[in-house]
Amino acid sequence: MGINTFKYLLIFVVSVLLQVLIFNNLLIAKIIAPFFYILFIVLLPFDTPRSLLLFLSLALGFTVDIFTNTPGVHASASLLVGFIRPGILGILTSRETLDSITAPRVKNMGFQWFATYVTFIVIIHHLFLFFVEAFTFDDFFITLLRVILSSILSIILIVLSQFLIFRN
Amino acid sequence: MKNLFKLIYRYHVVFLFILLETLSLSMVVTYNSYQRATFFDSSNFLSGTIFEKFSSYLQVFEFKQVNLKMAEENAVLRSALHQMLLKSNRGTYNSSDSIYLPRIAKDSSMKAVYRFTTARVINNSVNQQHNFITLNKGRHDGVKPDMGVIANGQVVGLVTNVSENFSTVISLLNSKWKISAKIKRNNYFGSLSWDGKDYRRVQLNEMPYHVPVQNGDTVVTTGYSSSFPEGLIIGTISDFSIGTGSNFYKIEVMLGADFKNLVIVGLVENKQINEIKQLESLNKYGN
Repeated sequence: MGINTFKYLLIFVVSVLLQVLIFNNLLIAKIIAPFFYILFIVLLPFDTPRSLLLFLSLALGFTVDIFTNTPGVHASASLLVGFIRPGILGILTSRETLDSITAPRVKNMGFQWFATYVTFIVIIHHLFLFFVEAFTFDDFFITLLRVILSSILSIILIVLSQFLIFRN
Repeated sequence: MKNLFKLIYRYHVVFLFILLETLSLSMVVTYNSYQRATFFDSSNFLSGTIFEKFSSYLQVFEFKQVNLKMAEENAVLRSALHQMLLKSNRGTYNSSDSIYLPRIAKDSSMKAVYRFTTARVINNSVNQQHNFITLNKGRHDGVKPDMGVIANGQVVGLVTNVSENFSTVISLLNSKWKISAKIKRNNYFGSLSWDGKDYRRVQLNEMPYHVPVQNGDTVVTTGYSSSFPEGLIIGTISDFSIGTGSNFYKIEVMLGADFKNLVIVGLVENKQINEIKQLESLNKYGN
């Protein structure tokens, strides 16, 4: 338990730092901005209690908000992801698999499963985030384009991180 | 009653989610005014220190670039000084000089109104709708809210919050901030804001039809906001059109400052800002 808590605390800190120090400065073709930090929510164990999941997601979003001067924007988006994650897992996987395996990783679940799972999470998060940030449905298609292109980059980064840094 | 508790317990996650989501969304809505000085803000101790540490590592790579910029700026200033000396010897001062200098030289009885200092950018973004910049100087170094921020003599933003050692600046690339600006050639003024689309372009609004506008016209500050001296360059007009059903032009202004590449910025303090604000606040009581 102690080791596990420490491990996830480390993942939390590293995802936030990578986001605010590196990915926040990345802006490709004027509209693509990746949001990598939800990696933390992606990686949490399957048996994380739902209410704990909500509080952890809120804390994650809030921390990013403090660094980007956007109170509430990231907090609300990652809270939504934390709420929906159990549902997504329920659609993608059977009960038995969830009980027998501890946490979502490429090496546990296979590349295809992991990529699908990340795609769901990232798209929901980005869709909510970009529209809350813009706070208007004017320029609907421009915002939608930002969502789609940024999601693609975030998905690639998060899946790639499984092979580069967070191997367990 | 027992059934109610059962219901609440059964759906406690949903209720918790709705509660927390409402809280965070209300935060988004209430944080509309950028002046709010709160702990959350990148001038706070935690994020300020982290940004400062990180950017001091990056600094090594930036030295060459910064040196070049400084040398360039030195050259511009030196030539301006030289020209001023020449002119003052002859006893004339041409106010339409293309290089801006505080208007102290025009009349020796006028006091220097603006004070200039520099600071280093330790965090900056251009990819959001509401962009802010964090600087490595704070109250301790004499930075105050409402000081103007410039880079190479061009407008960048306005200091909003100040902590002991850091300060945050609302960037011109923030759709919540407006600044008054005028066309240098004919002195017609409008209000300048950002639509959140392209970090190199801002929009000049409220410019009526009868005003002659041309591509390439220089847009400068008006000095009405009293945070910036009059005549600081903002950018040049890159495109304009007549909006449908309105009496105003839609003018696109290409920014002079490169917001993706800010390293050293200048801070402008208007020493008379309190006096001006005090005087202007008298008008509000009249209404």
